[in-house]
Amino acid sequence: MTLLAVERIKLFTTRSPLWCTLVALVVTVGFAAMLSGASDKAPTIPMTQFGYSFGMVVIMVMAALAITTEYRFGTIKSTFQAVPNRSAALLAKTTVVTLFAALIGLIAAFGSLGIAKLIRSDADLGLSTAYDWRAVGGVGLIFAGAAIIALAVGILVRHSAGAIALVLIYSQVVEGLIQLIPTVGDDIHKWLPFNVADKFLTGNPDTPFRVGEGPPISDSTLSPWWALAYFLGFAIVLLIISLVTANKRDA
Amino acid sequence: MIEATGLTKRYGRTLAVDDLTFSVQSGRVTGFLGPNGAGKSTTMRMILGLDAPTAGDVRIDGKRYRELHHPLRTVGALLDAKWVHPNRTARAHLRWMAMSNKLPVSRVDEVLELVGLTGVANRRAGGFSLGMSQRLGIATALLGDPQVLLFDEPVNGLDPEGILWIRRFMHRLADEGRTVFVSSHLLSEMALTAQELVVIGRGKLISQCSTEEFVAQATENTVLVRSPQLPVLRSALGQQGVSLRDEGQGLVVSGMESAQIGELAAANGVVLHELSPQRGSLEEAFIQLTGDSVEYSADAAANGQPPAAAPADLIATGK
Repeated sequence: MTLLAVERIKLFTTRSPLWCTLVALVVTVGFAAMLSGASDKAPTIPMTQFGYSFGMVVIMVMAALAITTEYRFGTIKSTFQAVPNRSAALLAKTTVVTLFAALIGLIAAFGSLGIAKLIRSDADLGLSTAYDWRAVGGVGLIFAGAAIIALAVGILVRHSAGAIALVLIYSQVVEGLIQLIPTVGDDIHKWLPFNVADKFLTGNPDTPFRVGEGPPISDSTLSPWWALAYFLGFAIVLLIISLVTANKRDA
Repeated sequence: MIEATGLTKRYGRTLAVDDLTFSVQSGRVTGFLGPNGAGKSTTMRMILGLDAPTAGDVRIDGKRYRELHHPLRTVGALLDAKWVHPNRTARAHLRWMAMSNKLPVSRVDEVLELVGLTGVANRRAGGFSLGMSQRLGIATALLGDPQVLLFDEPVNGLDPEGILWIRRFMHRLADEGRTVFVSSHLLSEMALTAQELVVIGRGKLISQCSTEEFVAQATENTVLVRSPQLPVLRSALGQQGVSLRDEGQGLVVSGMESAQIGELAAANGVVLHELSPQRGSLEEAFIQLTGDSVEYSADAAANGQPPAAAPADLIATGK
């Protein structure tokens, strides 16, 4: 508990997390507002959540910065000096940042839903099915997983620019590009973590085709909850690798 | 009490710290002296468990750093005053450090008061001058009221007032019975600050003794003699059992007063062109002792290939 309080002080006594939060909310909710306003059809729930990945990217930047600024400014040495159990210190940071990311994810998702309802009062945006709840509430879980991945990469890479470039280029560009590899591309793409995460949010066993009503549906073959487990599992494996590395390395 | 035994750190092919064994006693200020790049900071990082030794170990009151419970209460350290997030206030920085070792928040205000930073406690640490950063670093080190304190080059870049303040502060800490271990590459500074010295060069221990001893030994008086009959003089002095060193066209004699050398020369019918007592400075002595162990020696460059362009050339060509 003490270590969580320490990391909470660290996170909220610098400016970048607050700026990132603001930007994440503005881009996600703003995108939902734009789509709702511009669409000639009434917005659907998947349409309101179309912009989640923009907010997710910003949260990954926040998470990567939370750890890489410690390396950049040398405070990681103060941290390890105060708490020589490096795994405990880094896990505390991961917990605080991840919970914060999940909270922002929830605010962004429900904010997007709310603003759509506000703009188009005729839209039917009640959360009635398990899918509806997953598409909206699930954003918090995906933000949390994305934050863990960004933190793990941050611990491994240690440089802000490098870590941010890596997580952004991977999640936004590389997964899409792999799909273009002839013959095997599609099969690999099915198992790439951010694509699988998307399955959790967009995968809908009830009505499989929603073309034109929201984001394209992920081609992952996992069921939504297995997709979430796969994504979080990937994040945790990456985190364990980063913790082992941090313990072996000189601070 | 800090005890290092066979402490070794290797980075790739460079041996930064080479089989160091020394101990630092409580109740005294112990200086850790060595030229830049001698391995002082690496040693301090190993004491704090930040870097893992390649071989050997270092213990604080018999324990490894990683075994300490709430380590800030046992060991306080200032290795680099810039290890603060520039956008965090001084108070916030101390607050999380205090929290991590379950120290009361009131302690934060106490140490701020102690180093005279109360007035700027809520300002961003990034805007601090070097002297203020250094004080914040000392406040951080004192947070847990530790018995062991480490300071790495604490007076670097400070103005005379700041240097005096730190020097007095360290004496006060030692007088309170604490173990104070402070590194520096300046012997003159250490001569004023430290009572004991651990001297290293190229990662190896050169000597561990009291500062008085070191200075006496280091500033041994010598006499420079020049003569057209040097070989005669050399053999005459040699029989007296003094140590001799060639310097240019003369001879540097240590262990004998100039009067005696003059008399010896007269007795042997040797003509002297110069007979002048030399008083070595602390710096010269230090260089003499650590001379072979300076990592980046200017002589090495002079003896080897000339540098591509000397600064003067650059000015001359106007580029």
